[in-house]
Amino acid sequence: MLEVSVAQHLGSLDLNVSFQSLGGVTVLFGASGAGKTSVLRAVSGLLPSPDMTLRVRGQDLSRLPPEQRRIGYVFQDARLFPHMSVAQNLDYGARFGRAGAAATRTHIIDLLNIGPLLGRAPRNLSGGEKQRVAIGRALLSDPNLLCMDEPLASLDAPRRAQILPYLERLRDETDIPILYVSHDATEVARLATTLVVIKDGRVVQSGAVEEVLSDPVALPDLGVRAAGAVLNARVTAHEGDLSELAFPGGLLRLPRVAVAVNESIRLRIAAQDVIIATEEPKGISALNVLKGQIEALHFGQGPGVAVRLRVGETPILARITKSSAQALGLETGMTAYAILKATAFDPAGVGT
Amino acid sequence: MTADVLTPEVWGAIRLSLWVAFWSTLIGLPLALGVAHLLVRKRFWGRPILDALVHVPLVLPPVVTGYLLLVLFGRRGVFGDMLAWLDITLAFRPAGAVLAAGIMAFPLMVRALRIALEAVDTGLEEAARTLGAGRWAIWRTITLPMMVPGILAAAMLGFAKAMGEFGATITFVGNTPLETQTLPSAIYALLQVPGQEGAVVVLVVISIILSVGALAASELLASWWRRRNA
Repeated sequence: MLEVSVAQHLGSLDLNVSFQSLGGVTVLFGASGAGKTSVLRAVSGLLPSPDMTLRVRGQDLSRLPPEQRRIGYVFQDARLFPHMSVAQNLDYGARFGRAGAAATRTHIIDLLNIGPLLGRAPRNLSGGEKQRVAIGRALLSDPNLLCMDEPLASLDAPRRAQILPYLERLRDETDIPILYVSHDATEVARLATTLVVIKDGRVVQSGAVEEVLSDPVALPDLGVRAAGAVLNARVTAHEGDLSELAFPGGLLRLPRVAVAVNESIRLRIAAQDVIIATEEPKGISALNVLKGQIEALHFGQGPGVAVRLRVGETPILARITKSSAQALGLETGMTAYAILKATAFDPAGVGT
Repeated sequence: MTADVLTPEVWGAIRLSLWVAFWSTLIGLPLALGVAHLLVRKRFWGRPILDALVHVPLVLPPVVTGYLLLVLFGRRGVFGDMLAWLDITLAFRPAGAVLAAGIMAFPLMVRALRIALEAVDTGLEEAARTLGAGRWAIWRTITLPMMVPGILAAAMLGFAKAMGEFGATITFVGNTPLETQTLPSAIYALLQVPGQEGAVVVLVVISIILSVGALAASELLASWWRRRNA
């Protein structure tokens, strides 16, 4: 579906990045300066990159100039045209023979809820509104691929939380592949289908987000804060303050989520929030005790050990100290229990 | 008194000055835009030379510029010779005044346009490109509209400079009433004649009105544009 390969020297950065993805949202994750934005600029053609490969749905776009690649680009700073209204910004792509159908226009305006903004000037929009219009403008140019360069980075946490659901709808309701640059674990967990971890211009990990985020070996590259399992679950019941979720491998109870019964939900369990026990604990306040098998252990350079527990079909990642791992005598293949406090779930990390 | 002052010769000088300023601005502005674009956006080996060349009329004494124009565009000059084949004469002709005033105004227009172009956010042009706009479409729909206040400022500067140009013009086209005499040349000629102080004052006032009028018009246009886009 999407095939990218960029090899290029850029100042002190030696960029050499190749990856493939099956569509959905492919997140390029890494620290600033790792080369994520350069990959996006090369893909869009804005950064001339003679030796690159870019194939979208089997179509080779790498030799085309940017204006013919039909790659919608959402910049970190929106870049709306200040001398045009919101509506004129949205229709700019259509002026060059790339308009989608009129029905698509209405659909996109509804999807992003920008109808009320159409007559306004860009400078009268809030940061979040600007970013929604920029996304709409890119979508309305009927793109082969959507590139998004940290579109939420310039927004504060509440605004981010407001826009994330729109991005989830975009992923679920359109079939345009999205290449998304981020260094935020919450965004990765909520949006990514495929995760490509980039460090110093190289791909260090890539694959399905559930696998990469729970890979003990990937933990040092992801960073302690970002590492952790992503669960695709279904809401089975709401009881008082709690919701019950079923995932392939067991049940979870956590503070009530704003998702209806039977709807699916995606949530992130940070590795640092998981406790490991070798015997089923009794008399414990934590609501969730999941029984599984230790699938992998990774001893890093620091004091921590990353443990991957397979609960049913679902991998759970835990980060514990070396001394705990030794005291418990953890080994691959052992049966162990993952203990999660219900309150440890980051509400921002819960998505649909 | 004014009735005696506003002779056909004086009216001719006013008309010629306005005509010269209009055409030298109209012809000079697109050329200045092209040069500003080269200087701001392109990196090529001759760039410092072009930059220096554009600024030459600003530093040379105007009379020297006028003399060089005579050498180049006079009857026996290199370009004058070529133009003579096309039956075009510039020296001592009204069209020559347009050339002289245009060359003197050119560096000022380039400067104003350069500042305006440097202020255009290339990020917006990149965004337009990803939306399918080619180079010309980007110029037309993004770069030029963003430069409008700067273009108006450049036009105003060019117009005012051309209206007031004296040294290069009088050297290149002379000071023949009703033919090549511009407003400044007319003031100069009247100052040479005793007893014409009243006429001089009237012409000076007319000059001031035209220049300030040009400034006011450009300011009005610029603020209209800003309001339109506010």
